[in-house]
Amino acid sequence: MSKQQPAQFINPETPGYVGFANLPNQVHRKSVKKGFEFTLMVVGESGLGKSTLINSLFLTDLYPERIIPGAAEKIERTVQIEASTVEIEERGVKLRLTVVDTPGYGDAINCRDCFKTIISYIDEQFERYLHDESGLNRRHIIDNRVHCCFYFISPFGHGLKPLDVAFMKAIHNKVNIVPVIAKADTLTLKERERLKKRILDEIEEHNIKIYHLPDAESDEDEDFKEQTRLLKASIPFSVVGSNQLIEAKGKKVRGRLYPWGVVEVENPEHNDFLKLRTMLITHMQDLQEVTQDLHYENFRSERLKRGGRKVENEDMNKDQILLEKEAELRRMQEMIARMQAQMQMQMQAGDGDSGALGHHV
Amino acid sequence: MDTLKESPSPCSSRHNSPRPAPCEMPATVGIEAVLDQLKIKAMKMGFEFNIMVVGQSGLGKSTMVNTLFKSKVWKSALPGPGVPTPQTLQLHSVSHVIEEKGLKLKLTVTDTPGFGDQINNDKCWEPILGYINEQYEQYLQEEILITRQRHIPDTRVHCCVYFVPPTGHCLRPLDIEFLQRLCQTVNVVPVIARADSLTIEEREAFRSRIQKDLKSHCIDVYPQKRFDEDPNDKILNSKIRERIPFAVVGADQEHVVNGRCVLGRKTNWGIIEVENMAHCEFPLLRDLLIRSHLQDLKDITHNIHYENYRVVRLNESHQLPRGPGWVNLAPVSLASTSAGQVTTSGPSKAHKRAQEEPKYEF
Repeated sequence: MSKQQPAQFINPETPGYVGFANLPNQVHRKSVKKGFEFTLMVVGESGLGKSTLINSLFLTDLYPERIIPGAAEKIERTVQIEASTVEIEERGVKLRLTVVDTPGYGDAINCRDCFKTIISYIDEQFERYLHDESGLNRRHIIDNRVHCCFYFISPFGHGLKPLDVAFMKAIHNKVNIVPVIAKADTLTLKERERLKKRILDEIEEHNIKIYHLPDAESDEDEDFKEQTRLLKASIPFSVVGSNQLIEAKGKKVRGRLYPWGVVEVENPEHNDFLKLRTMLITHMQDLQEVTQDLHYENFRSERLKRGGRKVENEDMNKDQILLEKEAELRRMQEMIARMQAQMQMQMQAGDGDSGALGHHV
Repeated sequence: MDTLKESPSPCSSRHNSPRPAPCEMPATVGIEAVLDQLKIKAMKMGFEFNIMVVGQSGLGKSTMVNTLFKSKVWKSALPGPGVPTPQTLQLHSVSHVIEEKGLKLKLTVTDTPGFGDQINNDKCWEPILGYINEQYEQYLQEEILITRQRHIPDTRVHCCVYFVPPTGHCLRPLDIEFLQRLCQTVNVVPVIARADSLTIEEREAFRSRIQKDLKSHCIDVYPQKRFDEDPNDKILNSKIRERIPFAVVGADQEHVVNGRCVLGRKTNWGIIEVENMAHCEFPLLRDLLIRSHLQDLKDITHNIHYENYRVVRLNESHQLPRGPGWVNLAPVSLASTSAGQVTTSGPSKAHKRAQEEPKYEF
């Protein structure tokens, strides 16, 4: 390829050909050298198969020594954020994947404060990026912003739970949400269709903005258009994850072995795992773009409007600030009164030492 | 006693041994006849069984009840698309009379939609506890009347089936809280719901973790160890206790498998047969609840849980308003029993307490 470039450049037989049609190749080479970064957040109740699915998607073992906590530990735990990074290389292309896990979500009896930790994490990453972008040295900005959030919906309910709705509404303006129906092998085909429709209806009812796949361009080939159409029709994806190899119909497949049959992870008739993977891979770039152009820009404009003052607590309203100021004033006044009293006492006690004591205050 | 010896005892005619010579005494007295009499009476009166199902929505409670009693106790499993899930916990009872071989069973199923579905599930067990205690109260009121009914209608909850979601990890804090509180008031049978999402190894690991959690939190589920009366019971119940919680799958649709018509769930990769022990443990649950331990559940409810409730209530009785036909109970000295505190002990202690207050007159 590189040999053709200069030849075309100086080829006199094609007048008017400048040669910048090769720019994409240059970009391609540069990005392959640089590698890609992607941050994926997984949120869902415990036991929905999040870790298994991530391991299956990226064919790695991100959680090698995982100890599942007992019930007693679960009672005390609050939501935590655990980020693990792994470098995956495929045909010379490097992907630096960060998976942000949220253990403890939805476990507590009272889940009202469940998502505060998660939202503050997302905001923190935006804050850090904004800070880096506005800094002096902008060469190596590490992009840790969350590009995509897989939200795991339990297949056992009749649709979205109140917690699901509340969480998605809280983060749909900050991150791309991809709803996923977990443990799909517990549903028959009819139940799956019914659940998907129910979830889509509820998402529309509550005005939740999930990530929408961009329509295929009109100049793309028919296969790609068809693929995009199929993907769009299957949202939310109902998936099964597994990294165990089972013998089925003479060949080894990844799946789950039950007494009544084998569920194959990569069989499109059994679940939507392949569709999820395709969507993630073909739209990784788009997810990053939407994060940059939409969510980050929203955050940035909000932040800059606030004028650079970092607001710790979003519920802090004017009354609270006033109260705090008043308390501070009172404290100052008390301190001054104390100092005055001290001075008076010392003046009465020793006239000679007033000079030295005066400095003491 | 003479009448017994004179009348032809029905059971001796069933014996295969030759009739004894007329001048000899028959070898048996004929007490066995009581069993037949009991049976005839039971057939006439019928049985009552009250079961409560508790669990988050979508865990297959309604389907399970339909499968257990092989009839459409609940009309449909899923609420319609326009029906919102209830905002608070509600209790919903349905009564049916089921008949089998001439024996009538009045089955009452209490469902608890809305349990554990909200964002804040704090104290979501209180309505359930309230309902159970209310049934005890109703029975107590009937029992204390001066002129009692011949057969007090029994609406007390005999068994509470608690559906644990198949996370595969361990019991959640909500499960622990609920089980701790309810095991002291009612017989609780935990089951792993929708068990078709777990492979056999995952199921066993989940079960042993749950058993460990139950033990470490001192939760005594049915069959309770301390109520085992004789060694036979102990052996039988130990076998059951090893398998608790049962991993169950419910289905109310029939499919044809190998020429047989079975209840099951049809998926793209196979048919899950509900009554097949290799697939799920539904037969164990059914046997426990209906075929072997139904009477035991009722007995423990009546002799232990209800008695405990009764003792507490009678101790507080001097603070209560009087209803019609109320018997004036002498107030008990609070020193003998810790007021309001019920330690769930065996039946002997409950009887002992009753003996300590001989002033009760009824």
